[in-house]
Amino acid sequence: MNASLMSLEISVLALGLLLMLADLFMPVERRPFLGFAAIAALTALLIASFSGYGSCSISGTAFNGMFVNDALSLFFKRFFIIAAILVLFVAVQFADRIAVGIGEYYSLIVFALAGMLFAASANNFAMLFVAIELITVTFYVLVSFQRGRIASLEAGVKYLILGALSSSFMVYGIALIWGTTGKLNFNELAAVANQYTGEKIFLLGVLLVVVGLGFKIAAFPFQIWAPDVYQGAPTPTTAFLAIGSKAAGFVLLLRVLFVALPVVAAHWVNLLIVMSAITILYGNLCAIPQRNLKRLMGYSSIAHAGYLLLGVAAIAGNVHDATAGGAAILYYLAGYLFTVIASFTVITLVVRKSDTEDISVLAGLYQRSPLLAATMTVAMVSLAGIPPLAGFFGKFLLLKSVVALGAVNQGYYCLVFTALAGVVISLYYYFGVVRAIYFSKDVTDLSPIAVSGSAKICIWLSLAGILWLGIFPNTVLNLAAEAAKVLSS
Amino acid sequence: MSILTYISGWPLLAALLLVFVPANYRVIIRFVALVATFISMALAICMFWHFKAGQTGFQFEQQVPWVDSLGISYHVGVDGLNVGLILMGAIVGFAAACCSWEIERREKEFYILLLLMTGGILGAFASLDMFFFYFLHELALVPTFIMIGVWGRGERKNYATFQITLYLSIGALLALIGLIALYVQMGAHTFDIPALIKYAQDPHNSLSLKAQNFIFPLLLFGFGILVSLWPFHSWAPLGYGSAPAPTAMLHAGVLKKFGIYGLIRIALPLLPQAAQGYVQIIAWLALGNIIYVGFVAMRQRDLNLLVGNSSVAHMGFIFLGIASLNLIGITGAVLIMVAHGFLAALTFALSGYIFKTTGTLEISELGGLCRKLPFIGTALLMAAMAGCGLPGFANFVGEATVFFGAWSQPALHTATVLAVWGALVIGAVYMTRAIRNVLHGPLPQKFNQLADAANLWRKLPYALLLVSLFLFGCFPKLLTDKIEPDVKPIVTMATQARAGVLPVALNSTPAISN
Repeated sequence: MNASLMSLEISVLALGLLLMLADLFMPVERRPFLGFAAIAALTALLIASFSGYGSCSISGTAFNGMFVNDALSLFFKRFFIIAAILVLFVAVQFADRIAVGIGEYYSLIVFALAGMLFAASANNFAMLFVAIELITVTFYVLVSFQRGRIASLEAGVKYLILGALSSSFMVYGIALIWGTTGKLNFNELAAVANQYTGEKIFLLGVLLVVVGLGFKIAAFPFQIWAPDVYQGAPTPTTAFLAIGSKAAGFVLLLRVLFVALPVVAAHWVNLLIVMSAITILYGNLCAIPQRNLKRLMGYSSIAHAGYLLLGVAAIAGNVHDATAGGAAILYYLAGYLFTVIASFTVITLVVRKSDTEDISVLAGLYQRSPLLAATMTVAMVSLAGIPPLAGFFGKFLLLKSVVALGAVNQGYYCLVFTALAGVVISLYYYFGVVRAIYFSKDVTDLSPIAVSGSAKICIWLSLAGILWLGIFPNTVLNLAAEAAKVLSS
Repeated sequence: MSILTYISGWPLLAALLLVFVPANYRVIIRFVALVATFISMALAICMFWHFKAGQTGFQFEQQVPWVDSLGISYHVGVDGLNVGLILMGAIVGFAAACCSWEIERREKEFYILLLLMTGGILGAFASLDMFFFYFLHELALVPTFIMIGVWGRGERKNYATFQITLYLSIGALLALIGLIALYVQMGAHTFDIPALIKYAQDPHNSLSLKAQNFIFPLLLFGFGILVSLWPFHSWAPLGYGSAPAPTAMLHAGVLKKFGIYGLIRIALPLLPQAAQGYVQIIAWLALGNIIYVGFVAMRQRDLNLLVGNSSVAHMGFIFLGIASLNLIGITGAVLIMVAHGFLAALTFALSGYIFKTTGTLEISELGGLCRKLPFIGTALLMAAMAGCGLPGFANFVGEATVFFGAWSQPALHTATVLAVWGALVIGAVYMTRAIRNVLHGPLPQKFNQLADAANLWRKLPYALLLVSLFLFGCFPKLLTDKIEPDVKPIVTMATQARAGVLPVALNSTPAISN
């Protein structure tokens, strides 16, 4: 056993506990500073992960192979820490709308982060389940944190019920897999999976695990919860759900499908293609009539889950070389991270005064705060996949990975054209947001919006991320390709 | 750094600069835009002057690796194919910036978008890397939609924006899939066009007919939608009719040529067998442009819609040139691309001026404008004459060359005859009718106060475009000398595969590449 591999996770958990303790002893008016303390601590950990000190520089396995540190987990750990830092920035902006327990809110975000870090390293179904539950249970609380708002409570209950349901599916699936094969470890499973591909019970188990993970990433037909929960949850929680929770679902899905069960994944190519295509169409078509900004982002996040599944389908088509598809998924997630943070920061700041989250609150934003208007525009344009922003290069990589397999399986060409249709549809609603910002006819409120220093830092960081990933893709793409090699079998 | 980087870099840099200029500094904003486009134009003229005709390979090349793992690099360079296009694009960019005085609200955003469009499309024409080629075009395309949606005119503005966005996005994405498929199927792990062409010249590496037949239609119809190939043209007249004049000038003049340029630069040399299979289809679709859209243009009551339709009709000649698949025809197609760029920019600039002063473009409400607007009227008359292919203007040279090229292809005789008829008769009918109704006849009472383009400054963009049309009309050698040597290898590649249809023959004879 090599516990030092987990020093990052241990530090993050310690940080969460420390925040809770500090919350007890700190006078109420100083508690918002806890957020900055958490940001500083996580930044230190992020720097440590790049410096070569700490657990991130060591690769290996711990706890009988339950926990693995490799290029893939390293990529996702950095990703999750960056996501948590930016979400904490959003949470600091949101602090005035959380009546009690802001310290707990910060520490819950840190706990969820710990769950995601474990998810990045999970190499065993037990570990997978523990990580997922750590994430999901903290999110039950995070979603319903605004106890005074009915919408938030309603979202919490919905998330709880559907989350518990999906967890039970997953645990059932894990039980079936264990029952048939007697293995929980991914590598051991990969060695024996070949013998079980004909066994219905085993396949049912795998299918149920995929159902549980499909819930996390909000892929069709497990996407029902997303719009309601996105709409009701406090904005920082929504942002974290959209990136952290989704990315955790993807890293687990990738490991289960391509490290543990590449044989099954290769068998289910058509299933993955259909799932991806329907998710893309569902998300984009349902987003068209939405007026609530967060609900719109909810449907858009479903659509993006569909685009990411393009990469999963592409790897399934050629499980021996996951570099192209895997790198595309990781790159796309990186771009999506900054875009989502940028848009939710703007939503947090704009919606502060008014209760409504209707698109019309953006009217006149151009005069109220040019910076916020520009940020929202850049985020929407990037989500729509237009150069020179991050979203374009990500989509390009995903499409490339799928087109590459078209000659083998015609289904991939159909998938590409579905994705095309999705992109064209999405232009309509993303540009609808941009239109509301710049060209609304009847603008009632023209009071300037104050943007605090910390909000500016967050906004500039996300803008820099979106542009950097769009214009200089080399560094991150190489990291992503390195990480994706882990998935090749 | 190559001069080409500066040509497209100046407008982009100016766009970035304008972001930081406060919106009420109107004079400065306009000044920055004019200076940037002027420098870009001056550099383009300089580049054109120093271009050595007949040299093999690309000139003013620059290559900087961008994404190593995918083989994407920033690679720019010119040969005879794009040297004229870049010159034309830069001149039209400056003229469009000059004509933007008609924009009176949200000038800052308008100029930023205009500069993005200019820089993006010049970069797209200069780039020799498929990825950047697409990337920069898309960068130029999106501002078009926004400009029509915001600064557009007419009641059908929203519908026009919707339609043009939908059509052009689909077209661009289809082309993107085609380009990606080409990259993947070639297996050369590079997006570099010259490298791909070199790679494909080895007969062992050329694509299978099946792969070609999948990719070519994607490129043909993807690019075709962008060029308003019949029957995917319906976005164009309405879109241009609703667009503010500078946008219509840049899009109809420059941006639209991207698709044809892509076909000639990428599709013909890399997918030769499929191209030969599609020759007849392209020719008949081109006739759809020339004749069908020509008839539609005849029935228009709005000057802008008429001009828009005629611009769609002109695209037919270019496609006919491509369909001829020989040196003369494709040289002619490139000539028309340049000539039509000047012409379309000129006509949309003029119709924009008329709309600005009279407030309408309904042909029935106009009349006798030549009396009040002698300069604008004369310029419009000349543009119309150039549009019907009057000798002396660059369009005549291009169209005549295309007809010669197409006629030399026995399979295209019928199409050529019909196209000539369409060019000479249909074009002449709607153009002369429009001239009679708009410029001659009685002047309506309400137009007694109209003012002509007042000073040299206002006349400059029109004069510049007219001079360019004349210059290349009278001295087409300036262009043809440059175009021909570089079209030759493309035609060779596109036709050599005729032997390739019989694999035995191909293996026994070495490739004709050198």
